[in-house]
Parts: sequence; C-alpha cells; structure tokens
Amino acid sequence: MDALMLSRLQFAVATFFHFIFVPLTLGLSILIAIMETKFVRTGDEEYRRLAKFWGKIFIINFAVGVVTGITLEFQFGTNWSRYSRYVGDIFGSILAIEATLAFFLESTFLAVWIFGWKRLSPKLHCLSIWLVAFAANLSALWILMANAWMQHPVGYTLRNGRAELTDFLAVVTQPFGFQIYFHTLSGAYILAGFFVMGVSAYHLLRKQHVAFFTKSLRMGLVFALIFSLAEVVQGHIHGAEVAKIQPSKLAAMEALWDTQANAPQTLFIIPDEKNERNLVEFGKIPGALSLLAYHSTGATVKGLKDFPKEERPPVALTFIAFRVMVALGFFFALVTVIAWLKRNKLADSPRLLKLLLYSIPLPYIALQAGWIVTEVGRQPWIVWGLMKTKDAVSPIAASQVGISLTAFIVAYSLLGATAFYLIAKHVRRGPEPVRGEG
Amino acid sequence: MLETIWFLLWGVLWAVYFMLDGFDLGLGTLMPVVAKTDTERRLVYHVMGPFWDGNEVWLITAGGVTFAAFPTTYATMFSGLYSALMLILFALIVRGVSFAFRDEVNSPRWKCVWDTCLVVGSFLPALLLGVAFANIFRGLPIDQEGIYQGTLFTLLNPYGLAGGILFVLLFLVHGALWLAVKSSGDLHDRAAKLLPKLWAALLVMAVIFLLTTRRATFLYDNYLANPVLFLILAVTVAALVMIRVYIAKGSWWRAWFASCVTIVGTVLFGVVGLYPKLLPSSIDPAFSLTAFNSSSSPLTLKIMLAVALTFVPIVIAYQAWVHHVFRHKSGEEDLEHEEGY
Repeated sequence: MDALMLSRLQFAVATFFHFIFVPLTLGLSILIAIMETKFVRTGDEEYRRLAKFWGKIFIINFAVGVVTGITLEFQFGTNWSRYSRYVGDIFGSILAIEATLAFFLESTFLAVWIFGWKRLSPKLHCLSIWLVAFAANLSALWILMANAWMQHPVGYTLRNGRAELTDFLAVVTQPFGFQIYFHTLSGAYILAGFFVMGVSAYHLLRKQHVAFFTKSLRMGLVFALIFSLAEVVQGHIHGAEVAKIQPSKLAAMEALWDTQANAPQTLFIIPDEKNERNLVEFGKIPGALSLLAYHSTGATVKGLKDFPKEERPPVALTFIAFRVMVALGFFFALVTVIAWLKRNKLADSPRLLKLLLYSIPLPYIALQAGWIVTEVGRQPWIVWGLMKTKDAVSPIAASQVGISLTAFIVAYSLLGATAFYLIAKHVRRGPEPVRGEG
Repeated sequence: MLETIWFLLWGVLWAVYFMLDGFDLGLGTLMPVVAKTDTERRLVYHVMGPFWDGNEVWLITAGGVTFAAFPTTYATMFSGLYSALMLILFALIVRGVSFAFRDEVNSPRWKCVWDTCLVVGSFLPALLLGVAFANIFRGLPIDQEGIYQGTLFTLLNPYGLAGGILFVLLFLVHGALWLAVKSSGDLHDRAAKLLPKLWAALLVMAVIFLLTTRRATFLYDNYLANPVLFLILAVTVAALVMIRVYIAKGSWWRAWFASCVTIVGTVLFGVVGLYPKLLPSSIDPAFSLTAFNSSSSPLTLKIMLAVALTFVPIVIAYQAWVHHVFRHKSGEEDLEHEEGY
C-alpha cells in the first residue's frame, strides 16, 4: 500500500478509536453534573455517590479520549501536510480556538473536580463539573464546525494557492455545521443514556443496589428518550440538507444509480459498483426518497451515473453504514418509548432490563456508522469540491506510515482492552458503600 | 508587523508549555530515583495530579497555533519530523493514561507497568522535544518545495542530542524543585539532596550548549546585531544561578520560580535568535520558512490575535486559581480521602 492509503487507514483507526470514548463523555458529564446539583440542592448523600460512581467511568473515558485526541491534531500535520498548508488559514485556526476556549477549560476543571472534593465548597465543586460538561460540548462544537467546513466550505476565497479566510462568522455559524453538531450531539447523548441504562439494568437484574440504580436508570432513560425522538426528526432535516449540499453523498447513501423523479427508497440493496447497478433490491417505496430529500414525491433526485466516476464516493460502504444508522436510530426511539411506558415497573421487567443491558453496544455502532456515512460519503474529496484526499497526503515514505499505523493498532488495542477491563471492573463492583456503614 | 507579533506569541506559547509541563515531565522521569515505596510513588502522582493535564493542553495550543498562524511551517515541521513526533505521541499516550489507570488495580505488577509508562512517557518527550528544537535552531534539510529531506537519524547529531540532554536536565531540576515544594519527609529530603547534583549537571550542559550554539547555529547573529537582546541571555543565566542560591537557602518556591524563568529564557533565547525564521533550511538559507513566507492571511492572524489576547489571560487566571486551591503540600492523608484518580 502507498502512503496515501496507509495514512487514510491510520486516520480512520485514530478517529474511530477516539470516537469510541468521547461520545460517552459528552452526555455523561451532563448527567453527572445533574446528579451533583441534586446533591447540593437536597443534601441527599445518594446523589453524591451517584456522581462519584459515574464520575469514575467518565474519568477513564476522558483519559483515553484526551490522549487519542492529541494524535488527531498532530496527524493533520504529520500525514496530511498538503491539506494543512492548503486550509490551515481556516481549519487550523478553528482547531486552535477549540484548544484555547474549550479544551483548557475541560482539562483544568476536570482535575479540580477529581481532586477538589474536600478542598472546595460543594457549590464550587458542582460548578466545576458543569464547566467540564459545558467545555466538553463546546469543544465538540468547534471540532464539528471544522468538519462542517470540510463538508461544505464557506467564507473563503482561493488566493496564494490556498483557501484563505474571508468571512469568519460564515465559517463558525454555518447552518449545516449546526445540523452536524446537533445530529452528533444527540447521538452522543443517546449513547450516554443507553450506557447508563444498560449498566443500571445489569445491577437491577441482580437485585443489588436497587434504589441507586433505579435512580440512574430513570435519568438515563429520560435523556435517551428525549434525544432518541429528537434524533429521528433532526436526522430527517439533516438528510434533506445533505441532499442539497452533497448530492453525490445522498445518491451513495441510497445506492441510487439513475437520476429520476419520484425516486424510491429501498429498504435493502446489494450494490454492484463495477456495473453501476444493484444486484438485489428489496422493499421499494416509490417516491419516498424524493419526498424525504425534497419534500415532494415528484422531485428529481440525481443518481450516481450523473456524477463523473472519479467523483463518486464508495457506494456499498456508505449505503450499508447509512442503513445501519437509520435502523438503529428507530430502534432507540422504540426501545426508549417502551421503557418509558413501563418506567414504574422497570425493576420487575427482567426482559426489558436484559434488552437494555445488551443494547449498550448499539449506539456505539450507530455513531461509528454515522461517521462512516459522513466521511466515506465525502470521498473522493477531503474538502468538498476543493481538494481531493489523494492530493492532501504528506510527501512521506510509506514505510514510515506503515510502522506508525502498526504501532497505533497495537497500542490502541491494548489501550482499549485495558479501558474496557477497568470500566467493566468498576461497573461490576458497584457504587462505594454508604458512609458510616463501610 | 502581525507576523512578528505572532512569531513572538508562538515562541511564548512554546516557552509557557515547557515551563508548565516541564515540571511534571521532569518529575515523572525522576520518580524511580526519589520514590522508594508505593505510598511515595502515589504521592509523586498526587503532586502532579491536579496540574499535568492542564499543562499538556499548552502543547495542544502551541501545536494548534502553529497550524493556525503558520500553516506552511506546521505542515513542513510535522511531516518532516514524522517519526520523532510519533514517538512523542506514543509516549504521551501511555503517560497520560497511567495517571488514570495506575491505582485502579491493586497489584504490584499492574502498578509497575504504569509506573514504567510514566517514566518512559515523561523522559522521551522531554528528550525528543529538546532534540527537535535544537535541530530547528541548527537548521533542517528543507528543500525548495518545503519538503524535509532527512530521516529520524538526521536529527540525532551532536548538537541535537545536546539540546535533548539540556531539556531533560532543565526539566529534572524543575521537577525535583516541584517535589521539594509539594512534599515533606523522605520524599522532600531526597529531592533536596539530589538538587545540587542535578543543578551542577545542568550548569555544565548549559555552558556546553551555549558554546556549541555559536558554532552550530546562526542564533547569535540577531544578538550581535542588537546587543540589547543579550539581556534575555543575561536574565536566563542569572535565573539559573539564582536557582542554586535558593536551593542553598531552602527557599523551594523561589527556586522553582527561578527555574521557570530559566526555562522560559532558554526557549526565548532560541526563538529570538531564530527570528524571523521558523524553520531554517540547512540546504540553502533561501529555502527557510519564515514568519513572513509561511504565515496565514492577515485576517486570520488578526482574528486569532483577538482570540489569543482575550482567552489566554483567562486561561492563565483560572489555572493560577487552581494552583492556589491546591497550594498545600501533599501528604499521606490526601491519599486516604479517595481523592484523585
């Protein structure tokens, strides 16, 4: 393989791994902040134990998220130097702003929260976890605005052989960026909600720490329910926006080859990219795609054949990832609605608890699938319409990247296994004993 | 003008990063020498605990600012120093998680693994960042296209290695002083006993480095052209001497501050000497990347300047507050509170 392919793999590995750990921290930080606020308001010791129990899981996730995040920032320079030179004027400044505004705040106040239980007043201590939650979510906003610019570059002009900034506000407030932000954030909150529900279900199934985990489950459920429902609606609006801005991505998401009015949505397809057709199509809903994308069944949707071959994204991967994401999205809405209807007898519904427990991995899969749709669907562009991925790679030797990629895979596997082991260990052990009893 | 301001800000951000992360990189490297028991090792982690992550964000910011203000330099520097940077990255990865993972399992072997990660993960970045900066001072084989024409081993020349050792010693002194400030009992005594020796080694290395800099680099050109700039060097050397004076008096905080000045002074000495070059080319000076030929557009530089001048002081303010909150010495009672990771 050449340096390009290896660099792409390396970036994919690094992003996917980073994105296993970060989404949980986005939502969990808010839940912990709510728990601690309840503790400060009511003085109920159980809420303090809740904040501490979930806080430990947060810390482990955060640690892995941080160290794998640095890797990503550095990789733009190490592996994508041509890209960095071309877009640094805009993209680099957004990353720098993210570090200055958000990441400092998050890292500094997380340490205050961890070490400050005895040194700060309860209110100030609680404020520090709110700052962590705020900063984590603010950090995501900047990062996703940077990504949105790669999907839909705005506020720039081509000058001196690169993209130069002309309108800062246009870059950092572009509506498509907020779509991406809310979509990703809702996904992350669903993940956090399901994680909390699943872990709680584990203990409730064993009839241990029942009061403690009933409270947890309730909070996770409210969170997951709100954002699962919101995601269905938002996902639709988001998709319609993609149809306008990135039509070739939409065509790949739906494996639609021929431009047509009244375009159908097909539930299941096996695409055959070589022959520009689908081998198997099953469950065609006529007009559905036109309706969803352009709010009218008669609207014309452009098919893949009308894009030059070298400007089409990989179809099968984009299509499958999109189907997986959407199916899981509806599943989350369904499960949370059922759980909500049974919210008062959850502890006595072992089947539902088991379902919640085994659902823990699903939002992770949904988020990774969503990321595939976004990034693979953007190909062959690294910056939509401006720069192709193949023109962005550093002039480095393939052997260098081969070695570092191998090292990443080994190190991240070990790191992931260790983090998983520690979280599982902590979850199984359950909360710390009530003060005065242990 | 904007380019010059950003050049200085770039140097200051790197200097602040080394000043702050320097003490925990140094102390992490020093841990096996100063901490003999598990409790002592936990205390070493504990005196770094509330600070190390906030310190490391300065590296991300320094990197991010290089990307934002001087994208062409960022591109050449990071892709050219590929292997060195990857080593630093892996070191920082294993080091970062060792803080969170170490005390999660109560087994000596488990702890030993993470202690090793801390030591190696602290030593390697200290050494390699020193090697990288000394090589930047010396000039990198950058061609006309701004492409680095060397390997990892190109960097391991005598001057580069001298820079690496200098950084390691600077950080060892800095870290030992931090431990002397933040601990009591055996830990404090060992740090105090070690410091005169570490300082002597640092002095020798600093002299060697200053002398070889004259032969290996063009850094002194700016100073000879503007002799008033020699003040930077004078302050740095004076601070280095004051470290020893305060060590002898047992004024640990003051010695640590003198060490801060020494580190910042050392970095600024190099950066001011470099101006306006960010990456001098050893192939042909004309191929060098400078603050002027590698910078972002004026608009980006202006916006970033507004952001930096607004938010960096805020960051400094709340990080100073954190130092105030955790100003106490760490003792065994802190470990029992279940505070910390």
